[in-house]
Amino acid sequence: MILPAVIVLGAIGALFGILLYFVAQKFKVFEDPKIDEISEVLPGANCGGCGKAGCRALAEAIVKQGNMEGLRCPAGGNDVAAKIAQIMGLEAKESEPQVAVIRCSAGCADAAPKYSYQGMQSCAYAASVYVGGSGCAYGCLGFGDCYNACQFDAIKLDPKTGFPIVDEEKCVGCGACATACPRKVIELRNKGLKNRRVYVSCVNKEKGAVARKTCANACIGCGKCAKTCPFEAITVENNLAYIDYNKCKLCRKCVVECPTGAIVAVNFPPKPAVDTTENNDK
Amino acid sequence: MKTFPLGGIHPEENKLSTQAAIEVFPLPKQVAVFLSQHLGAPAIPIVEKGTVVKTGQLIAKADAFLCANIHSPVSGTVSKIDAVKDIFGYSKPAIIIDVEGDEWDESIDRSPEIKREITLSASEIVEKIKEKGIVGLGGATFPTHIKYIIPEGKKAEYLIINAVECEPYLTSDHRVMLEHTEEIMIGVSILRKALGVQTAYIGIENNKPEPIAKMKEMAAKFEGIVVEPLKVKYPQGAEKQLIKAITGRNVPSGKLPIDVGCVVNNVGTAYSVYEAVQKNKPLIENIMTVTGKSLGEQRNFLVRIGVNYNDIVAHIGGLPDDTAKIISGGPMMGKAMVNLDAPVTKGASSILIMKESEATRAQETNCIRCGKCMEVCPMGLEPYLFSALVNNGKIQEAIGERLMDCIECGCCLFTCPANKPLLDEIRLAKNKFRQMMMQQKK
Repeated sequence: MILPAVIVLGAIGALFGILLYFVAQKFKVFEDPKIDEISEVLPGANCGGCGKAGCRALAEAIVKQGNMEGLRCPAGGNDVAAKIAQIMGLEAKESEPQVAVIRCSAGCADAAPKYSYQGMQSCAYAASVYVGGSGCAYGCLGFGDCYNACQFDAIKLDPKTGFPIVDEEKCVGCGACATACPRKVIELRNKGLKNRRVYVSCVNKEKGAVARKTCANACIGCGKCAKTCPFEAITVENNLAYIDYNKCKLCRKCVVECPTGAIVAVNFPPKPAVDTTENNDK
Repeated sequence: MKTFPLGGIHPEENKLSTQAAIEVFPLPKQVAVFLSQHLGAPAIPIVEKGTVVKTGQLIAKADAFLCANIHSPVSGTVSKIDAVKDIFGYSKPAIIIDVEGDEWDESIDRSPEIKREITLSASEIVEKIKEKGIVGLGGATFPTHIKYIIPEGKKAEYLIINAVECEPYLTSDHRVMLEHTEEIMIGVSILRKALGVQTAYIGIENNKPEPIAKMKEMAAKFEGIVVEPLKVKYPQGAEKQLIKAITGRNVPSGKLPIDVGCVVNNVGTAYSVYEAVQKNKPLIENIMTVTGKSLGEQRNFLVRIGVNYNDIVAHIGGLPDDTAKIISGGPMMGKAMVNLDAPVTKGASSILIMKESEATRAQETNCIRCGKCMEVCPMGLEPYLFSALVNNGKIQEAIGERLMDCIECGCCLFTCPANKPLLDEIRLAKNKFRQMMMQQKK
């Protein structure tokens, strides 16, 4: 009884199997195996830091372009770049690793907020309806859009003020937070020698007096730092100083000079600043 | 009685200041006139520091298609062109004028007589409206003359005058209709001539019996003007809802009123059109309601553009002690002000003062899928769905669900039993989508 059923079903199965084989051959889509290989070595977080829709999209773009010019996985860094170069048969180019830097010193955090906000807990929305609790039209709003954008758990929010703190170990420099920030407070900067960085922790473009009113640590655009800098790394534009990380030699003369403490030096050993400055000069 | 069929709410009307006659607000010492106080590109200043200007003199010229001229609201000397903070606390460029006396430009007819005869031709009327910087006073401040440049292949059949004033508290339109009835009718006749339509319909909500009676009586003396009382329902003053209520026509998604043969103007705009065309007076004054339950006296003022809000507050004797929120505009669509040291702009219709108990939003809880937001949405959208999509970053999907059709009336936010910030989420998504479009253009 069972035999005819097995034969009939087996025959149908074999027939369709053969049919599918020929159809598959006929409509075969060629895909470079390198795409799969590259996808394997990419982190797979789909963070969008490379500017593509996801990791596989980057792999496709690299294979299509044939080289890695302008295509780079910021999350994977040099290790991943080397692996991709190996797959592609290219020479890997080293590039300086970057890290997200919050350019707002939360100088208003201690002051009582002037306004209470009851709307949606989103920086992008809050920025569209008002200037912010402190009255500063440029600084961090503290609703955590950057925290929500980070795929690597590298941003923590200060529970008291809502200001973000970047975990340098975890941050891969993909820039998702910088894109999410409606105030453009977050900047990607080179990690720097031994993770040491000097930067202006303020993005306020108001005139000095106005900026100072809202925040004790605001950059007032006085230009003292630019005059002091021996390497011409600092420019002052629209009442705001900016330190070019490619030119900065980490001498920290500007840090001492800044009257409001808007310039911040991080990860330097806790020695008196003046001593190190002299050492570096030699 | 006519109304729009879909959705809508009926919030507490709170029209407290209907009996307060319009008072002329005294001239301040200094005014600040923003270069951008209309929808579209900012105007280009044609005065500089030290220029002596007269009231009604052109001080900033429209430079783009979507733009409006700006005239000096006072006479005096330009002290500087500098950044001034607006009501949200953001700095914007403005012309600051020190007031000296009140000398008006000679071309402006300041006599109290009503000029009834319309001598200008249709194209001259539109040119006059453009020249005098008239913008829509219903809130969106859309340059009025653009509505009268009818695109080729389209024909205007209806002129609709929006005197609905469906926002609670606001009474500026109410007062204008009572105090300047005949001028409004002449203004409507001018607009009717400019458009070349048979009949103009004036839509007024039925909670204003006095203005309806007065307007009906006056309309009988004019040819082709029909006063249409409407059932009280918010947001009847929204363009698409008003067109539906009066003509029964649907403005399709992504289309303009002119696509269904309609042009809609606010009643306040009709009054300023009368002043511009018949009296040669540019838009330099606003009628503003100053109201709130905590205020002892409700007022309506005729305020020059550029007057500081602080001056107005000082004039009414300061803010009540229990003030928690000040809104520019009505409670439904108005914007909370964070900075009172800001100048009045074209289209500013009120200062609404609220107590803590009126202004506080309740604690947000989870969506319970009751569907009330869909029931009240006058555009037939699904706000709860937008909320879910937007919170998961799916802006494109939300656009696919007709997000851009939202008129931001706030009915969903008003009705939501879970107190979800539905409108905030929709506005955020709209902003993000516009940014995405801008980036694609680049």
